[in-house]
Amino acid sequence: MSDTASVSLALREKAERRRSRLLTLPAVLVITIFGILPLLVIVAFSFMSPGAYGGVEPPFTLEAYVSFLFSRDIFDDTLTFTPDYVLIYLRSLTFALGTTFVCLLLGFPTAYFMVTRPVESRKWWLLLVTIPFWSNLLIRTYAIMFIIRDEGLINNTLIGMGLINQPIVMLYTNFSIVLGLFYSFLPFMVLPLYSSLEKLDFRLVEAGYDLYATRSRVLWRIIVPMAKPGIVAGCLLVFIPTIGAYVTPLILGGGTHLMVGDLIAQQFGSSRNWPLGAAQAIILMAGVLVALFFYVRTTSEAKLHG
Amino acid sequence: MAKDRSTDMRYQPGFGPLAMICLAVLYAPILVLVAFAFNANASVAQWTGFSTKWFATALFNESFHAAALNTMLISVSATIIATMAATAAALGTTRVKAWRGQTAAFMTINLPLMVPEIITAVSALSFFALLGQVFNINLGIGNLILAHSVFCIPFAYMPIRARLEDMDFTLDQAAADLYATPWMTFRRVTLPLLMPGIASGIALAFIVSFDDFTITQLVAGPGQTTLPIYIWTQVRRPITPELNAMCTILLSISILFISLSVLIGQKRR
Amino acid sequence: MTVLESRQGLEIHHVGKVFSQPGRPDFRALDDVSIRIRPNEFFTLLGPSGCGKTTLLRMIAGFEHPSEGEIRLDGADISVKAPYERPVNTVFQSYALFPHLTVEDNISFGLEMLRRPKASIDETVTRMLALVRMTEMRNRKIQQISGGQQQRVALARALAPHPKLLLLDEPLSALDLKLRKEMQIELKRLQHETGITFIFVTHDQEEALTMSDRIAVMSAGRVQQIGSPRDIYDRPANRFAASFIGETNFVTVKLLTVSATSGELELPGGTVIHAGVPDGVKFSPGKATIVVRPEHAELVGAGAGNLAGTVTNIVYFGTDTHYHLRLKDESSFIVRRQNRHGLSFGPAIGDEVGVLIGEGVAQLVED
Repeated sequence: MSDTASVSLALREKAERRRSRLLTLPAVLVITIFGILPLLVIVAFSFMSPGAYGGVEPPFTLEAYVSFLFSRDIFDDTLTFTPDYVLIYLRSLTFALGTTFVCLLLGFPTAYFMVTRPVESRKWWLLLVTIPFWSNLLIRTYAIMFIIRDEGLINNTLIGMGLINQPIVMLYTNFSIVLGLFYSFLPFMVLPLYSSLEKLDFRLVEAGYDLYATRSRVLWRIIVPMAKPGIVAGCLLVFIPTIGAYVTPLILGGGTHLMVGDLIAQQFGSSRNWPLGAAQAIILMAGVLVALFFYVRTTSEAKLHG
Repeated sequence: MAKDRSTDMRYQPGFGPLAMICLAVLYAPILVLVAFAFNANASVAQWTGFSTKWFATALFNESFHAAALNTMLISVSATIIATMAATAAALGTTRVKAWRGQTAAFMTINLPLMVPEIITAVSALSFFALLGQVFNINLGIGNLILAHSVFCIPFAYMPIRARLEDMDFTLDQAAADLYATPWMTFRRVTLPLLMPGIASGIALAFIVSFDDFTITQLVAGPGQTTLPIYIWTQVRRPITPELNAMCTILLSISILFISLSVLIGQKRR
Repeated sequence: MTVLESRQGLEIHHVGKVFSQPGRPDFRALDDVSIRIRPNEFFTLLGPSGCGKTTLLRMIAGFEHPSEGEIRLDGADISVKAPYERPVNTVFQSYALFPHLTVEDNISFGLEMLRRPKASIDETVTRMLALVRMTEMRNRKIQQISGGQQQRVALARALAPHPKLLLLDEPLSALDLKLRKEMQIELKRLQHETGITFIFVTHDQEEALTMSDRIAVMSAGRVQQIGSPRDIYDRPANRFAASFIGETNFVTVKLLTVSATSGELELPGGTVIHAGVPDGVKFSPGKATIVVRPEHAELVGAGAGNLAGTVTNIVYFGTDTHYHLRLKDESSFIVRRQNRHGLSFGPAIGDEVGVLIGEGVAQLVED
C-alpha cells in the first residue's frame, strides 16, 4: 500500500475514534459533573465542621469520623466509645442480609418455575414480575403500611372473625421493616435469576438423571451451581439497595427503628450535622464497594473457569 | 400440569406453589390499595360499596395538579436529556473501533446504578448547596432536572446499547456498499432499526424519574413538590381513599410505561 | 493488447492482510495475492473456510483494507476508498436486506443514495424486479417473502446501480439443494444479461466448476492456482489444488527427464510413461508426485497395464463404481468405472488387478 493511502486510512480511523469520543462525551460529562463531582463534594464535607443552620464551615477536622464512634464530653473533652451509630449500621447489615436470604429463598423457586413454563406463559410471568420491579417504591411501601396498620385489612379481618380482640401491632416494628424490604426488592432477585436460569442447558439436567441423581441432588449439584452468576447478581441487586434503604424504614419504621439511610438523611435534615452525615454516607459507600469488589471477583472467576 | 410430573425432567417439587406465593406477595398489597380507592366510604378500614368519587376528588385537587405539573416538567426534561445523551453514548461505545478511555466511559455511565440512592441524594444536595452558597448559582427546578438526568442516563443507555449490540452489523455494511455515506447509513438504516431500543430507553428513563422519591425529597427546594413528594405528605396524615386513588393513578401511569417498554423489547427479537 | 485495455478490470497487486489484536499473535489472513480479473468475467474465489477468500472479497468491497499491496479498478487505486466510494456492490451471505423496508425500497436504496432522478429509479426498479422475476412482490415486506425470494431481492438490490463489479459472498449456501441448482443457472443468466463482472466466493468446488469462467484456488492465505475450470481440474498445479477439487490419486514416482511441458518418469512397477507439467512450475529429476483422476485410469487384468494392486473395496454409485485398490508399495489408489452394459471384466474384493494409465493422463504436481 502506498504511503499516502496508509496515511489517509490512519486519518479516517482517527476521525472515527474522535467521533466515538464526542458521542460519548455528553453522557459522561453530565454524570461526572452532577454525579461524581457531588460524591467528591461529600468526601470534602466529611472533613469539615457543621454550620449553624446546616451546611459546612471551614476548619478542616476529623471530628465527623471521631463522633461516628465516640461521644465527646462537653465539659472535659474526653472521648467515650458510643456504639449507637455502629449498632444502626449493624442492624442495617443484618436486615440487608436477612432480606437478601429470604428473597433468594422465594425468588429462586419462582425464577426456576418461570423458565420451565412454555414460551407463551413465560412472557406473561416475566411481565408480571417486571411490573413491580419498576413500580413506584413509595407507593408499594404505602401499600404494605395500608394492610398491616392497626386498622389495616389484616387486623380488621382477624378482629372481624373474632380471632383477636386487640389489633396485633405490626407497623413501626423491625418486622414491618424487613417485610417491607423483602416486598420491595423481591423482583430484584427474581429477574437476574430468571435471565441466568434461562440460559441453563436442560440436557445437563437430563444427563444428571441419566446418572441416577435424584431430583434434589440434581437441584443442588447441577442447577444451583450453574445458576451461580445469577444468584450472585440477584443477591447484590437486593443487598445494595436494602443496606442503604431510606423509604422503607421511613414509612414502616416510623422514625423509631432507624436504618443507615434514614440516619444519613437525618444529619442533613433535622440534626443539621452535614459533616457527620457525609462521613456516614462515605462509610456506607465503602461497605457497598466491598460488596461490589466481591461481586467482580466472583464473576471474573466464573469467567476464568467457564 | 397436565404433563406427568414423574417424566418431566425439569419438575422440582413445591416450586410451582412457591412461585404462586411469590406472585401473590407481589400483587396482594397493591390490589388491596387499589380496591380501597373505590371505597364509597371515607373510611379506609371498612369496605362499604363501590364508587369512583375519590378519583374525581383527586383529579380536582389543586395541590395534586401543581405536583403533577412539576413532575411532568422534571420527568419529561430529564427523559429528553438522558435519552439523547444515552443514545449518543451507546453509538459511541458499541460496535466501534476501541478507543482509549472507552472502558472508563462505560463504567462512568453505569456508576449511578452502583451508588445507593441515599448517597446520591445527599451528595446532590451538598453539591447544589455548594453551588448556591459559594458560587451563587441556583438553577431552581433545573437542579432537580439535572439530578434526575444523572440516574436516568444508565437506564436509557441499557436497552439502547442492547439493541445496538443485537443489530446485524452487515446491514450497515450493506448500506455503505450501496453508496450511503456514514451519515445516510445512520439516518436510513441504523436509526430506524434502533428506534425500539430508544423507545424502551425513553420509557425506562421516564419511569425512574417519574417515580423518584429519595433524591427529589432531599434536593427539592420550596414549591418544587412532585407527585411522589405530595403522596408522602399525605401518607403522614390521617389517610383517606383519595390518597389510594392518587396512588392508583400513579401506578397506572408506571404500569403503562413498563408494559410499553416490555412489549417493545419482546417484539422482533 | 493496448495499454488502455491492459488497465481495464480489477488488479489485485501483491495484496497482504495481517489482523492484529492486542494480546494476541498477529494473524496473517492473506499473503502476497496477485489476481487480475477481466471485465465481464465470472470469476470464482474457491477454497476451504479460513483460506482468506472472504477477506479478499471484503477488501474489494472496502470493508477491510490491505496491509500490503494495492487494489486497482480500471487503473485507479481503490485500496483505501470507503465502500460507498467504489462502484462495487455485494450480495451478502446473509443477504443483509433492510428489514424495515419493502422489496421496492430495498432495491431503490442504492439508486437513491446515488441521487438518481425519481423516474429513472422507478424504471430501474421495475426492470430489476422483472430481471429476477419478483415483479409481484414489489410492495412486500422483507419478512413476508421466502429465503429464495430474499436471495433474488438481494441480487436485484446489488445489480440495480449497475456496478462495475458484483461481489457474491457464498450467496447460495443458505438454500436447499434444488433451489441452489436453480440459482446457479439463474446467476449465469443474470451475468450474461447484465454484462457485469461477477466475483463469486464459494467453498463448493462443484459450484465453482460449473459456473466460473476462471477460478482462483486459495489456501492458507495464498493463491494456489488460477485458471479455467478445465485447466484446474485437468492440470492442477499442486497437491492442494488437486486434492481440493474432485477426487484424485497421488502416485510417488521417479522423474527421469523433464521439459517445460512434459516429463518422463518411472512408475513404482518400473514402467516408464509421460506426464504433463503445469504452467510455470519447475521440476527437477528425482522423486516426484503425479496425479491421476480416478475416471482417467483403466482397470485391466492382473499383469496387464502399468501398475499392479489388490482390490480392497468396491463402492457402487449407480452411474459408476469405485474400485479401491492397494498398490504394491502399500499406497491406495481409486479407479472409477462407468457402469455400462456388457462390461466383461468385473473383479471382486481381494482380486489382483492391473491399472492402465494412458498417455497424457498423468500430471506432475508440486508437493
